[in-house]
Amino acid sequence: MSGPSHSLRSPLGRALGLGSAKEGLHHWWTQRLTSIALIPLVMWFVVSLIGLRQSDWEQYTLWISNPINATVMILFLGVTFHHAQSGMQVVLEDYVSSHGTRIASIIAVKFICYALAALSIVSVLIVAFGV
Amino acid sequence: MTQAAKSSARPLSPHLQIYRLPLAAWLSISHRATGIGLTAGTLLLTWWLAAAAYGPDAYGVFSDFISSPFGLLILFGFSFALFFHLCNGIRHLLWDAGKNFSIEATKRSNAFVIAGTVVLTAIAWLIAYL
Repeated sequence: MSGPSHSLRSPLGRALGLGSAKEGLHHWWTQRLTSIALIPLVMWFVVSLIGLRQSDWEQYTLWISNPINATVMILFLGVTFHHAQSGMQVVLEDYVSSHGTRIASIIAVKFICYALAALSIVSVLIVAFGV
Repeated sequence: MTQAAKSSARPLSPHLQIYRLPLAAWLSISHRATGIGLTAGTLLLTWWLAAAAYGPDAYGVFSDFISSPFGLLILFGFSFALFFHLCNGIRHLLWDAGKNFSIEATKRSNAFVIAGTVVLTAIAWLIAYL
């Protein structure tokens, strides 16, 4: 948009492999795909939490040992953390003006999100398998 | 600000502190705010699931926290943010599909988002405690 108008490079040359069109479409699509998946998953999660509200450890263990419950919970966790890190990336890109801080905070948020995803999914599997 | 912009005598657009944001703009920024809050809330979700993997004692510690007044307050805020982000997210998906862009349609979907959030939050907590 504000590129030098006196450049000898052709518009096509500037757009190919450079410019703004890198992975924007993939990121946009990932956000929408995870959003759509989360509509039924969130409803399931809320209904499940209401059902589990008085549960102690034994009752939770019994519930998560059901293959369907464990599967949907793991889907919910994977999609939730994927959605969270991609949304947080956009927020940080928009509001953190310092380049170094922006990159560092995006890296930190992504690492934390995927670490929490791994911990929560492994925790579900440990209980579900009764290890 | 560049030198050219500084020396220009053209009027400036109203600053955010002066400009009265339309309702749709408040809901839009709230979508980001609730998204950040929900991301922070995944710490609680992970605590719950990991506590269960550590055993009954760790699970009891989490249960005591989440059923305390402070825990219930956090859970209520989490549920409200979740339902808002869900309702407003559905509106964003419809916008992405090229629908409901008129001012009238946007006013309607404002009402849908606010009413949906309040009704879903109320239903969830009424079912949980009645």
